[in-house]
This record gives sequence, structure tokens and C-alpha cells, in this order.
Amino acid sequence: MNGSPWFRAVLVAALAVTLLFLTLPVVAIFVDIPPADLLASLGEEGAVEALKLSLQTTVAALLIILAFGTPAAWLLATRRFRGRTVLVTLIELPLVLPPAVAGIALLAALGPGGILGGLLDSLGIRLVFETAGVVVALTFVASPFYIRQAQSAFEAIDPTLLQASRTLGAGEARTFGRIALPAARAGLLSGTALAWGRALGEFGATLVFAGSFRGITQTAPLAIVERFGSDFNSAIALSAVLVVASIVILLSAKYLSTSVGRGRDARI
Amino acid sequence: MKAVRASAAVLALTLLCLVGCGASGSDEVGDPLTVSAAASLTDAFPAYAESSNMSARFSFAGSDELAAQIRQGAPVDVFAAANSQLPDDLYAEGLVERPVVFATNSLVIAVPSDSEIQSLEDLAEPGIDLVTGTEDVPFGSYTRETLDRLPTALREPILANVRSEESDVKAAVGKLTQGAADAAFTYSSDVAVAADRLRAIRLPKEYRPDVAYGVVVVKGSGDLESARSFVVGLTSATGRSALRIAGFKAPPGG
Repeated sequence: MNGSPWFRAVLVAALAVTLLFLTLPVVAIFVDIPPADLLASLGEEGAVEALKLSLQTTVAALLIILAFGTPAAWLLATRRFRGRTVLVTLIELPLVLPPAVAGIALLAALGPGGILGGLLDSLGIRLVFETAGVVVALTFVASPFYIRQAQSAFEAIDPTLLQASRTLGAGEARTFGRIALPAARAGLLSGTALAWGRALGEFGATLVFAGSFRGITQTAPLAIVERFGSDFNSAIALSAVLVVASIVILLSAKYLSTSVGRGRDARI
Repeated sequence: MKAVRASAAVLALTLLCLVGCGASGSDEVGDPLTVSAAASLTDAFPAYAESSNMSARFSFAGSDELAAQIRQGAPVDVFAAANSQLPDDLYAEGLVERPVVFATNSLVIAVPSDSEIQSLEDLAEPGIDLVTGTEDVPFGSYTRETLDRLPTALREPILANVRSEESDVKAAVGKLTQGAADAAFTYSSDVAVAADRLRAIRLPKEYRPDVAYGVVVVKGSGDLESARSFVVGLTSATGRSALRIAGFKAPPGG
């Protein structure tokens, strides 16, 4: 790296500004109120309830995403067919869709007056104003984060591995379960973490589609906004918990994917 | 070492620029006023600003959230709330000038035009999806005031039908117009501006809370003069007329 010192200076400056900009607000959350007040605000029943609901709904959404997203991503990764690009784009659309739009779209599709509203109603399924509706909203916005990652993880598997499996007489299901899933584990895990992070932070789609009611639909981000007007300390305290949760999710994703990756290299 | 020094210089320059750019340019004369206003004023205020030739940028949300932003130092010139409590609180905290009550409104039950709901009693029917506001947003606290005055036999089943607590009244209206909810407690002005889709059911007099709107000039305003004329204008003929068209009433004795 013997580039011109000026260019290097520009790079360093850009990194420093980026770092400052991205970390300062997060640090400020912890500096804003004393740790004792932070803990006290968390003891409040409503805060615990919101965090518990967030945990339950995000885990439920993740299970759905994994169950449907993994095979779907495998199909997209291993087949070439007409319209595949369109399909992938459609699946990725919630990535860039404004969350409020996602909420309105879900209402138009699954709400009482939506296109599937009558069908759901006759089946006795209610989503709007229900915890199940929160899970639907989270699944909708977080799915693409996992599917994208899973698809590229499957695509990155050494094709000779899969070929060998088939040559040895294993069917596709067996190859998928025994070879592809373990080989893509790192990517699948980091995709899971990304989807979890997105689901944990979900706000707009949940509010518009499922509403906000303590203990039923009010997840931690919704509780934070509700408190912002009345109990700033409590809002900050809940925010702090979400920051820590996000950091833990991100770090464990990085740790898991690298250690799993190393383990795989060692075996092959 | 040269490279390091050069980096430091560029970093310092960049930071200086960031700080400098942030500080300049805001307080110039002729900039639009920044007005934080209760969500229920979404239609009234832009109409008022237009008819009185004032240039303003509006931020509409739950009054409690807007007050919290002002407490956090948000650069706001004028704050209008859907109650008189929040402006009074900010005044007591020394953050704003003396509050003025500029309009009144009434709490009603809003339902879709084709709804079969006709009365407060109908809200107690099982299976009705009712939307209200959080405890802190004014329309939510007015709703609680009303519900608190009801006989227990009516209050309990109505409370059991509350399915969502919205952070501002327009979000509650949205739940109705999107067909997600059967009824919501809103202001009569909210129904007035959505009269093609919504119908208002008036509350019996004994359950009707007093809804008064307070407005204040924020002390940190960079343009106190324009902010004050915005506030004064609200009680002028122009202001009254814009508010009346949007479904508000003039305060008693005003």
C-alpha cells in the first residue's frame, strides 16, 4: 500500500466520519440516563411485557421463515427456469418496501376487507389486532433477509460435493439434508440473524396491520414510541435493551458463521 | 508520519465542515416556520397558513410526542396541542411563551358510513373492534375521561372491545377507513374531513369531555416575530374561518 498519502488520508477520514456517525447515536442511548434509572425503568411491568412479546413473535416468525424459506432458497439456487429473475425480485421486494406500505398491503390482502379477508374469516382466522398478525407482519418484512442469504449460501456450495453425493446414489432430498444444509450452515445462520434483527426492529408494518395493544400486539419498538411522549427514560431503557440484543445477534452471527466455516474446512 | 498528519488534517477539516454546515443557514429571515401540531390539525393548519399567506413547515403527530420532542430541544417555532395541558406544562417548564386556547373540538364515535353502530351502547356488543388512543395522546386521554364516566356495566364491555391504542388520532382514522376496525373514538373534525367515508355518533352530553386546543410560541424559536403572528392569526377572522371549515369551533368567549 504505497498509494498517495492524500488519498489514504481521504480514506481514513471517510472511515472516521462514518464510524462517528454510526456509533454516536447508539452510544448516546447509554449515556443519556444513569444506569440505575435504566434498570429501574426496565423493572416496569409494561416494558417486560413488550420485550417478552417481541421475543415470542420474532421467534415464531423466524421458525416460519426457516421452514418455508430454506427449501424455497434451495430451489432458487439450484434451478434455472424462465421467470426466475422476476421471482427473485418479487421475493426481495419487502427489502425495499416502506414498512407502512407493507402494513397497508397486508391489510389489503389479509385484513377483514382484504382479498383473502372473507376466506380467513370463514376459517375463523383473525390476524388484525391479534398477536398472529404481528407474526405475519414480521414474517413478511424479514423473509427476504433470510432467503437472499440462504440462496447465495446454497449457490456457493462446491458443485463437486453435490455431484459426489448424487453419484453415490443419494436422492435430492438426501443430498439437501445431508450435504447442502451442513455445507451452507454458515450462510443460513447469518441469514437467520439478519432476519431476526430486522424482525426485532419492525415497527411500521406491525402498527398499520396489527395495531398496538399492550400484551397483544405492542412489541418493544411500538412500546418505545408510545413511551417517547410520556416516559422518556423508559423509552431509552427499552431502546438500550434492543441495542444490546442487536449487538448480541450480530456478534453471534459473525462468530457462528466463522467458527462453523472453519469446522467445515477442517473436515473436507 | 506525513500520511498520518495529512489524514489528521483531512479529518479535522471534514469534522469542521460538518459542524459548520450544521450550524449555519437555519435562522435566516424568510425561512418557513416550523410548526409542530396535533395530528387532528392536519387539514386545518395548511389551509390556515395558505389563506393567511404564511410559509410554514408542519410536523403532525400525537401532541404528547411533539411535546417530548420540544423537551429534547427540537428546533420548533410553534406548538399546537389537542389539549391545554401540554402547552401549560411546557409553559411551566419555561420552554414556551404564554399559551393561547384557539379552538375547541368534540370527542365522537367515528364509524364507517355504512356501519350499523348507532350509539355508545352498541360499542359494548361482543365482537366489535374498537380503536382508541394511548393513555398519553390527548384523544386517548379524552376517551378515558368519557369511559370513566360510564356506568361499570357499560364501561367494562366497551373496554374489552378495545383492540388497538394508536399514537395519534389520524392513525385511528386510518384503521377505520382501511376497514380494520369497526369504530374509533376520534374528534368530530376528523370525521368532518372524511365525511365521504365516515359518520360521527355524538356522545351524550354528560359523557362529553371538554376538548380545547392550546398553542404556544416556543422560546428557542429563531423567528419569534413570525411565530407570534402565526399564533395571533389563529384567533383572527382568517384563522377562525379556516378552522371552522376543517370542523373546529371557536373557544367560548373568544
